[in-house]
Amino acid sequence: MKTILFIEDESALQKTLGDILKTEGYETIPALDGETGLKMARTKKPDLILLDLILPKMHGFDVLKKLKQDEETKDIPVIVLTNLESIEEVDRAIELGATTYLIKAYYGLKEVVKKIKKALGE
Amino acid sequence: MCYTKIIMLFKEVLDQLNISAQCKKYNLSLWQCPQFLFLIMGIVIIVSALTAYNIGTRHIEDPLMVSLIVLVLVAVLFVLTFVITQGYERLAEANRMKSEFISVATHQLRSPLSNLRWVIELLMSEKSGQTKKEQTDYFGILKENINRMQDLISELLTVSRIEAAKLPVRKKDFSIKELIEDLISEYRPFIEASNVKISFNARGNLPQVFSDPLHLRLVIENLLDNAIRYIKDRGGVEIELFKKGKNICFSIKDTGVGIPEMDKKYIFRKFFRSRNVLKYQTQGAGLGLYISKAIIKRLGGKIFFKSKEGVGSTFWFTLPIKK
Repeated sequence: MKTILFIEDESALQKTLGDILKTEGYETIPALDGETGLKMARTKKPDLILLDLILPKMHGFDVLKKLKQDEETKDIPVIVLTNLESIEEVDRAIELGATTYLIKAYYGLKEVVKKIKKALGE
Repeated sequence: MCYTKIIMLFKEVLDQLNISAQCKKYNLSLWQCPQFLFLIMGIVIIVSALTAYNIGTRHIEDPLMVSLIVLVLVAVLFVLTFVITQGYERLAEANRMKSEFISVATHQLRSPLSNLRWVIELLMSEKSGQTKKEQTDYFGILKENINRMQDLISELLTVSRIEAAKLPVRKKDFSIKELIEDLISEYRPFIEASNVKISFNARGNLPQVFSDPLHLRLVIENLLDNAIRYIKDRGGVEIELFKKGKNICFSIKDTGVGIPEMDKKYIFRKFFRSRNVLKYQTQGAGLGLYISKAIIKRLGGKIFFKSKEGVGSTFWFTLPIKK
């Protein structure tokens, strides 16, 4: 079973997306802040990371930067899942090594799952 | 401590003197910028003082009296200038804060709406258990209304970006013809449900344009949506695309309710909705045409319209093909 680390401070989103991913056969690891997310990524070595940007304790960009600098986590695909949509933010995320940048408001659950599957090469 | 305060004060004064930066903060042209107006008024005061002194020395013998008159004149003009520019600055600041508020509020509204939408989608997918058909219908209504709110929030965000001159443009080569065809096929269910006949005529061999496809899509979508939405019963929409010199021209003609003569001058204004339109369609915030005009202007084009109440409207825009 593939594991997905979901770094998101909104527990409602954690539950919704977590539940749907469970029915699709994935195991999700929730992390409610940037620091915990980074720690989990290092210890659990998930197959994919879903990362929000506005996070407590550590901003999503800092998490992404650290993930990509770390030899052990740099190859894990990261999907940025946020409601920030300025071109500068999208560019910065891609520059830092994000696989995809998804704006929550524009994507339904099914489309998000599709993107996750694509990022996992399924 | 005192030394730091003096440096801070000095820096503040220097910042105030940087007129270009101050005007940028309010996103106003130089002529509307309070700081620039204050500078111009300063020059006017100096010129007025010199003129008054010149005239005064010719007609009044007592130099003390002349100096006094000039001093009073300068003081009055200075106070007037200060009051006017202060008022203007407050207005500009209020406008800037309003745009900032829209931006923050819309961002904050987005997250709970995304949560709601995903939860409803989960319930509708039946992955969280079987739902009755009636329940699924209600979830559908909820989802539709959430989508409407999300569209409105997106529009408000675009407006706040336009007002803050932060509308990002990302240009590339693409085919407007294909973009229109995509949109028509996406709108097909709405077109059919509205009993509207649609025709699209792309004249001749059209080149690709170097522009922003996402923004242009939004403009054409707005115009197409309006054309269909404001047809009363059944009617037709004609879309044409052709090359005119160095520009590409898009036009959309409908047989809708048209725009009353007295409303024509307000049609591109923010939040404006024509009176006759409100009779047929209560939905809509009156932002589509305002956004469309701002985008076309930002992309280097121009937008026009002609309309007759009860007969229909034609909107068209031109856009440079290359840089």
